[in-house]
Amino acid sequence: MGELLKVDKMKTEFQTEKGTVTSVDEVSFDLNEGETICLVGESGCGKSVTSLSIMHLLDRNGSISEGSILFEDKDLANASEAAMRKIRGNEISMIFQEPMTSLNPVLTIGDQLTEGIRLHMHYSKKKARAYSIDMLKKVGIPRAESIIDEYPHKLSGGMRQRVMIAMALSCKPKLLIADEPTTALDVTIQAQILKLMKKLREESNTAIILITHDLGVVAEMADKVAVMYAGQVVEETDVFTLFDNPKHPYTLGLMRSIPHITNPDDMRLESIQGSVPSVHNMPKGCRFYDRCPHAMQRCLEEKPQLKPIEDKQSHSIRCFLYEKEEQDYENKKKAKEVNS
Amino acid sequence: MPPLEQETPLLQVKNLKKYYPIKKGIISKTVGHVKAVDDVSFDIYPGETMGLVGESGCGKSTTGRSLVRLEDPTAGQVIFQGKDLASISHREMRKLRTDLQIIFQDPYSSLNPRKRIGDLLAEPLIAHKLATRSEADQKVNEILEIVGLSKQYKNRYPHEFSGGQRQRIGIARALMLHPKLIICDEPVSALDVSIQAQVLNLLKDLQKELHLTYVFIAHGLGAVKYISDRITVMYLGKVMELATTKEIFEHPKHPYTEILLNAYPIPNPHMRGRDQIVVDGDVPSPANPPKGCVFHTRCPFAKDICREKIPVLSGKDHLVACHFPLESVNV
Repeated sequence: MGELLKVDKMKTEFQTEKGTVTSVDEVSFDLNEGETICLVGESGCGKSVTSLSIMHLLDRNGSISEGSILFEDKDLANASEAAMRKIRGNEISMIFQEPMTSLNPVLTIGDQLTEGIRLHMHYSKKKARAYSIDMLKKVGIPRAESIIDEYPHKLSGGMRQRVMIAMALSCKPKLLIADEPTTALDVTIQAQILKLMKKLREESNTAIILITHDLGVVAEMADKVAVMYAGQVVEETDVFTLFDNPKHPYTLGLMRSIPHITNPDDMRLESIQGSVPSVHNMPKGCRFYDRCPHAMQRCLEEKPQLKPIEDKQSHSIRCFLYEKEEQDYENKKKAKEVNS
Repeated sequence: MPPLEQETPLLQVKNLKKYYPIKKGIISKTVGHVKAVDDVSFDIYPGETMGLVGESGCGKSTTGRSLVRLEDPTAGQVIFQGKDLASISHREMRKLRTDLQIIFQDPYSSLNPRKRIGDLLAEPLIAHKLATRSEADQKVNEILEIVGLSKQYKNRYPHEFSGGQRQRIGIARALMLHPKLIICDEPVSALDVSIQAQVLNLLKDLQKELHLTYVFIAHGLGAVKYISDRITVMYLGKVMELATTKEIFEHPKHPYTEILLNAYPIPNPHMRGRDQIVVDGDVPSPANPPKGCVFHTRCPFAKDICREKIPVLSGKDHLVACHFPLESVNV
């Protein structure tokens, strides 16, 4: 498994009437081939902006101002629009949250599906159509031969999301970005779509960046997880470590505040007080400061960095509480280097 | 809190139906009906929380709205304090609304953006002529404190608040008239995960303090389990199963309930790869529901009789509408 994507200290800014707003700050993570990383967080935490930055789909007033996005050997942060057109839909493709609005209502399913196939794979019209029908069958659309000539409004939400998946996977991308692909769907349909994504992932070895706020979906799908808060990654580790041994106060709060059907009957939910700080007025130090039960004077003034604490599982945390562990890890690493 | 046998229900829903006509052509001829709610019956006891769950289009919101007469039911009765809410005049209904309140899903669109919070909250008191301006003002302060907002917020407009705060305002408004029953129509679905717990806990605390009765409508089973005493599971306008929360989660009898519980992703990666029944297909259109049991098109256990005969909701404490209810052992 080679490394496919490496996002390093990416910063995305938007120019607004009220001045420059930093939406994503120092976001770093990496992804190997065939691996699935989940970006978890609440609305406004920058998870969608992160994915749009990778795809260069930001609005005109947004831009990546610092950091790099290495995809294979190319740096996407500085890639030209022409270069991006070759990558988008071909090597990296995307599924959006709203299957209702992300398909063009005046074009048939077939028109929309074949567009990318013809452009990137240089298939003839006839071949592209046959291939599209195959793709629709693969994602579990019944009567694919006739559905291909239908318009999107004829399909249900779940079916539209399947069409989106077929479209995203048709050019055999190396990386698929799925932005809340099941949030707008009912639970039984969500289960269908997750099952389908798992099956396709096994068949094609596509790496996935899955954006969600549902920890259930994370547990079901992820290999690695990056928890985001107010535009920063606050904790990153593999999925088992995250659920067995969450560390960052925000992650802990998130896990305890979600009502779940497996919770014991009389368990009272612990809520995280307050709400997410506004982008116009980010705290100077730790961004979780005013909601954190462990906040110290230091957190108000200094910015914590995302640092690894454990050797084996690569578990990184952005919090001063774990400074000792971080220090230990660094010392160990240094000692190892000296020894070798 | 399971209802006691001798206790009289606060509200009784009897064979409630709500059909919407489908009109076509230039003379708008009615060509069919969307059966949003089709023969729904249940009782609500004082002090309990009744959860209404189901997927989109199952009629749970329409049922909730019919209880406060925001929809005029096509047939059936809603009996509250000896009166049938489905057939009384609007004037009489208006009086009863002091006892029946509703909290809406979207805290962004359910507050008038041009009114200050203080005026928004005082409005029900003034409209029902229950208080003078200054009394109302006093009351607003009280209620704001109860829902955990500062009274200084009175002079602000809705856009100055976050989603969670707006939902608190929505709750405050419902509380202004000291209602007996509050319909909560997906009150946390539009909120962020870390805020949902705040609102759920607030609703729970208020219920204890003010002896409220809730009808809690939601599609998120986690929230419903957390807050409900009993749960009604709906599918395509019909009640599939009705039992205490414990029974529903531990011994579901209807295959649909079982599938719904099973479809829910569990936040524990060690549980991956458990046996999951994933049903195929979509919810059929309520304009043209399947014959017999409405769930038979997706039910893995459907037999011939399910395609022909509509199962009756039956049972003593644990009601289920299925020809072949599941035994208490899990499938």
